[in-house]
Amino acid sequence: MKLDESDLAEQVIDFFNKLPFNKFMGISLIRIGKGSAEMMVDYNNNLIGDSESKVIHGGVVTTLLDAACGAAVMSAGMPKVPTATIDLRIDYMRSAKPGKMILAKANCFRITSSVAFVKADATDGVDEVPVASASGAFTSPI
Amino acid sequence: MKGIVIPKKSHEESTHILYDVVDRIPFIDFLGVKFDLFEDKLTARLPFKPELIGNGFIKALHGGAIGSFLETVAIVELAHYLNMSKKIPQKMGKIKLPKTIDFTIDYMYPGLDQDSFALAKVNRAGKRYASVSVKAWQENKEKPFAQAIGHFLVPKIDLKSWENETR
Repeated sequence: MKLDESDLAEQVIDFFNKLPFNKFMGISLIRIGKGSAEMMVDYNNNLIGDSESKVIHGGVVTTLLDAACGAAVMSAGMPKVPTATIDLRIDYMRSAKPGKMILAKANCFRITSSVAFVKADATDGVDEVPVASASGAFTSPI
Repeated sequence: MKGIVIPKKSHEESTHILYDVVDRIPFIDFLGVKFDLFEDKLTARLPFKPELIGNGFIKALHGGAIGSFLETVAIVELAHYLNMSKKIPQKMGKIKLPKTIDFTIDYMYPGLDQDSFALAKVNRAGKRYASVSVKAWQENKEKPFAQAIGHFLVPKIDLKSWENETR
């Protein structure tokens, strides 16, 4: 279900894209649906985690996945009610290719009155195997 | 601690290794993390700046900023630890960094708009894998606002090429 054209989606996208840390990292929300979100981060020399390999730092991928999960959770609940991360686990499957943007797709697969459960994958478009995946629990925005 | 004198050479070497590791990670400078060695114990500080905010309503730090801080500190602690251990030649020109396998963050309280501190501990470092835990606090060290545990791939030390390089 795509809500890209709706006013609500635009408001949520605007909200996330204006968050200081997302702006600082160059992370942007590109799509939001009911319980799902896509966010991306452009490759940038500031984000390098190893100057020898030029691979982006794991913390950047963590931020992207956390942000995408948070957006997915928010869109699954009441509009504009904030949520907070309770727990987030990231598995790093492979190094992201230097120079490539990273795209994260998050899906809130279960939401109760107290907890929202969410999973997300991050890809760099080079290989079908995701760069990293995340699984988290968030406070419920219901 | 009173009465314990750390040999100067060891502290210098430790500092040198820390600089080398931090130098390898441009993201540390971007995020603004500062490291201090006190009696060879590594502590990290993330000075507050408005860019770290992730929730405008309550001025709380972004979960990603907290996660990035914790992960950075865990990697630096482990890299420093591995390079300080006797098996690895001191002052190696090129320090290889450990790679994160997984990282699990436990967010306990919101991070407020003030400086944060973190301390990591290497739980175990074998030949291939390492387990590191890390906690972050603001005003009270006994009341961390976030903690994490991560597993890392220990970089293979190529002793032969190192010996060739330094000959």
